[in-house]
Amino acid sequence: MREFLLSVGYDRWILPVLLALPLIGAAAVLVSGRGASGGDEVATGAAARPRSLATWCFGLEFLLSVGLWWAFDPGTSGWQQRFDVAWIPSWGARFTLGLDGISLMMVLLTTFMMFLASLGSWTSVRQKTAAYYALLLVLTAGMLGVFMALDLFLFYVMWEVMLVPMYFIVGIWGGQRRIYASLKFFIYTMIGSLLMLVGIIYLGLAARDPLAAGVPNFSYDAILSTVHLEPTVAAWLFGAFFLAFAVKVPMFPFHTWLPDAHVEAPTAGSVVLAAIMLKLGTFGFLRLAVPLFPTAAMSPGIRGAILTLAVIGIVYGALVSLVQPDFKKLVAYSSVSHLGFVMLGIFALTVQSVQGALMVMINHGLSTGALFFLIGMIYERRHTRMIAAYGGIAKVVPMFSAILVFVSLSSIGVPGTNGFVGEFLVLLGSYRTYPILAVISATSVIIAAAYLLWAVQRILFNPLDKPENEHVPDLNRRELALLAPILACIVWLGVYPAPVLRRMQPAAEQFVRLVETRLAPPATLSARGR
Amino acid sequence: MPIFDLSHPADLTAALFPDLLLMGGAMVLLLWAVWRRESAAHQRTIGLASIWLCVATLGAVLYMLFHQGHVTDGPIAADSFRFMVDVIVLLGTIAALALGIDDNDRMGTTTAETHVLMLLASSGMMLMAAARDLMIVFLGIELMSVSIYALAGLNRRSVRGAEGALKYFLLGAFSTAILLYGIALVYGATGTTGLYEIHQRVVELQLGSSPLLLIGMALLLVGFGFKVSSVPFHMWAPDVYDGSPNPVTAYMAATVKTAAFAAFLRVWLEAFNAEIGTWHRAVAMLAIATMVVGNTIGLLQRNVKRMLAYSSIAHAGFLLVAVAAGSMQGASAMLFYLLAYTLATFGAFAVIVVLSRGDAPVTTEDLSGLWTERPWLAVAMAVYMLALLGFPVFGGIGFFAKWYVLKAALQAEEPQIALAVTLVLTTVVSAGYYLYVIMVMFMRPRPANSEAVTPTPGWTRFVMVATAAAILILGIFPDQTVRYVVRGTPRLGAYVPPVKTAPARQAALTH
Repeated sequence: MREFLLSVGYDRWILPVLLALPLIGAAAVLVSGRGASGGDEVATGAAARPRSLATWCFGLEFLLSVGLWWAFDPGTSGWQQRFDVAWIPSWGARFTLGLDGISLMMVLLTTFMMFLASLGSWTSVRQKTAAYYALLLVLTAGMLGVFMALDLFLFYVMWEVMLVPMYFIVGIWGGQRRIYASLKFFIYTMIGSLLMLVGIIYLGLAARDPLAAGVPNFSYDAILSTVHLEPTVAAWLFGAFFLAFAVKVPMFPFHTWLPDAHVEAPTAGSVVLAAIMLKLGTFGFLRLAVPLFPTAAMSPGIRGAILTLAVIGIVYGALVSLVQPDFKKLVAYSSVSHLGFVMLGIFALTVQSVQGALMVMINHGLSTGALFFLIGMIYERRHTRMIAAYGGIAKVVPMFSAILVFVSLSSIGVPGTNGFVGEFLVLLGSYRTYPILAVISATSVIIAAAYLLWAVQRILFNPLDKPENEHVPDLNRRELALLAPILACIVWLGVYPAPVLRRMQPAAEQFVRLVETRLAPPATLSARGR
Repeated sequence: MPIFDLSHPADLTAALFPDLLLMGGAMVLLLWAVWRRESAAHQRTIGLASIWLCVATLGAVLYMLFHQGHVTDGPIAADSFRFMVDVIVLLGTIAALALGIDDNDRMGTTTAETHVLMLLASSGMMLMAAARDLMIVFLGIELMSVSIYALAGLNRRSVRGAEGALKYFLLGAFSTAILLYGIALVYGATGTTGLYEIHQRVVELQLGSSPLLLIGMALLLVGFGFKVSSVPFHMWAPDVYDGSPNPVTAYMAATVKTAAFAAFLRVWLEAFNAEIGTWHRAVAMLAIATMVVGNTIGLLQRNVKRMLAYSSIAHAGFLLVAVAAGSMQGASAMLFYLLAYTLATFGAFAVIVVLSRGDAPVTTEDLSGLWTERPWLAVAMAVYMLALLGFPVFGGIGFFAKWYVLKAALQAEEPQIALAVTLVLTTVVSAGYYLYVIMVMFMRPRPANSEAVTPTPGWTRFVMVATAAAILILGIFPDQTVRYVVRGTPRLGAYVPPVKTAPARQAALTH
């Protein structure tokens, strides 16, 4: 397979093609939606063309990206599938793309979940479908761009590109409080990212070649190898990057936009937010914030504070989930808890914990994505997300119930599902460096079992006492087809995660080694910083 | 490579050719305008002729830009900075004339002289861009201002229009007096009005602490502060912007600001270059105050024109950051920013022209649910708003403009971290009102009793399409433009005719 892919030059063109295809698709979808009269386009049939075109486009995107699985060489830790052209020479900005083990998995997760998300919007989005699918496609390009960018300027542009489509998706197709939620999402993200921009400019200027007459250099590798900052400057810059990523993750005190945005977003919006956009925050820590400023990030005070916030997030998210009457909100808060695990894994800084963090990133994308799909499906039938409005529907919708139970188990992290692998590795890895924090975090696994199983019990297994629940149709074929691949992945990663781990291992090791070597000799570092 | 010896009248004329072309053309058009009886058709004809005149002038400017000669010291400059400013001013004028033709039709105004007044104002602005002498700066400002006083009051039947025009006239006259007083004091201290001579004498005679010079500089700062509408000299702007006809407001918000900033920057960088330690703090404080106040009060506006007025005040603050950087990068960044700002402002006002009904102000209510009725109009407005916000890709060039100013601030001799952070944080505040416009257009339903939006008139559509396309295309491929603005810095110091050393000198000055 690999030979075949290399023989068609797959390595050279795949990344730009993955970026361009959704954009071309977006334009085509917009054109195909011309002449729609508004109103319920699913009922009038006007939605048929845009949505099938978009789904084909996502499908093609996914198929193209799957080749990366084989084309990626797990043995090396350098950038692969590199693509590099000049973009704005006067400002030193280049269009540089490339993958390592971490971004490879994130790219695959993105194309996979986006394909399903477009299938999942089939009947739930009924107005202005062409614009909706076009925005979804643009959003995909933005997210993939963030994962692939090896130029900080490009990274920032992509980081902002994904903000606008999401703002519109939440704000136009969202629920009751969509306007409030979308504005909050936008402003929170923007505060963080603009300060990051100042940091990026500072780094670009610091890395400039003195011979090149003041043209900054934003290349990730160049900045990593040439910029040596004084501790106070590094701390400030880390602060700027931290804010951008911590809002996105979201870490504990910056998380308040998340329940609003998740709950108000349409189903596909919630899926994308949970499955991919939150990972952009932790990805930012892995790619930029920690490797660029290891002295600041790993100084005892900052590291301790971040770890504490992560653990607070883990426990707090779980506890708040316990009392949510709204199922979607429950899942939203559980994300705060899961992403806390990722942060714990990254900042515990052992190879195992980092690998665990990466696994949690993937697992949370699959499990929480699936949960949001399921909530969306039942919401389409009953138009309520309140747990109390259901009860005993296991007999009415057996397929739905079976899948919900299964996905909940994987989200709790029952051995044999994917959720177990990630959180177990994080706990194992962080126990070596921070035993107390690991122990506290472990309690949240129990709370997770409590809130999810309790919610599942109240929805599925309590007595069927509401007459409107008696005639809910079960999942149809499209919905089953959509969920089946996720279920397969859940089992596969739970039973045999080795191929995934093997591809991520060099990147995780590289990350830990990079941070540790840059940390190790503080004396020489500060001497060079002069 | 022509060499202009400015002491010869013929060479002086040649160096001023584009300005003279515009001025002379405007005179001819003025005669043509009064020759015929007022009618809608005649108004359109004169408008069209004015646009062609601007295009011709633009051609002359571009010719001068590409075939730049060497100039001896004199009262005017012939550097890329001047011609780049001219290009931005003329693009703005063309957009304002195009919108003016349609807006006059809509309002039933048949006076063809409106277009000519705009041409005269633009020739004043071109003079400001060229000036290397405080007297020429003053001449340009007066030529511009007097025409704009008349334009602001164009709408004779409107009470708000009359109020705004009177306010503008009084405050404008007041600020010009202050400026003139400042010029007089600077002359008193240095004995010259030539920018470079001022610099020379300040350095040679060590006038840095002369109270006469300091007061003169302070008064000049106040005078320019009024012209660029920086806080605390901004009070006139919202009322005037609100009361004037839409194209004139756009013209005032974008093009007048361009010219005022060009003169401001040149005076500050050339005449008071050595005094940067003295004025830097004052300009930085003005910038911070302007960014904070403009953006915060902008949040409270529901009248779209007033909102854009405060937005234009806020943008004056962002531009002041580029001035405060006090470097050649600052000058390049300012040019780039002015281009982006001009495009976005004229686009936004084109949308307002379409939405206006009679004399009633356009409020955010009128924008509600615009997307469902006129999708492309709403999308265009969203692009302009995102460009003003400075958002990448969707706001196109607007992002690069902000980024360039940030870069200039951080690259200044002493990195301006405080200014950069204020710029960033106030940008987030400004998201509050720019996004509000987008929100009402896309996320609110169209009110049931709202009238249908009138079809977009031809010239207005031209402005909208051209500005949106320029914003988006330059938002992905800015490099060519950047190269021009990098070269488009004011040439400081004594102008030396020799040919061979010139490029090296220029490069050394640029970086």
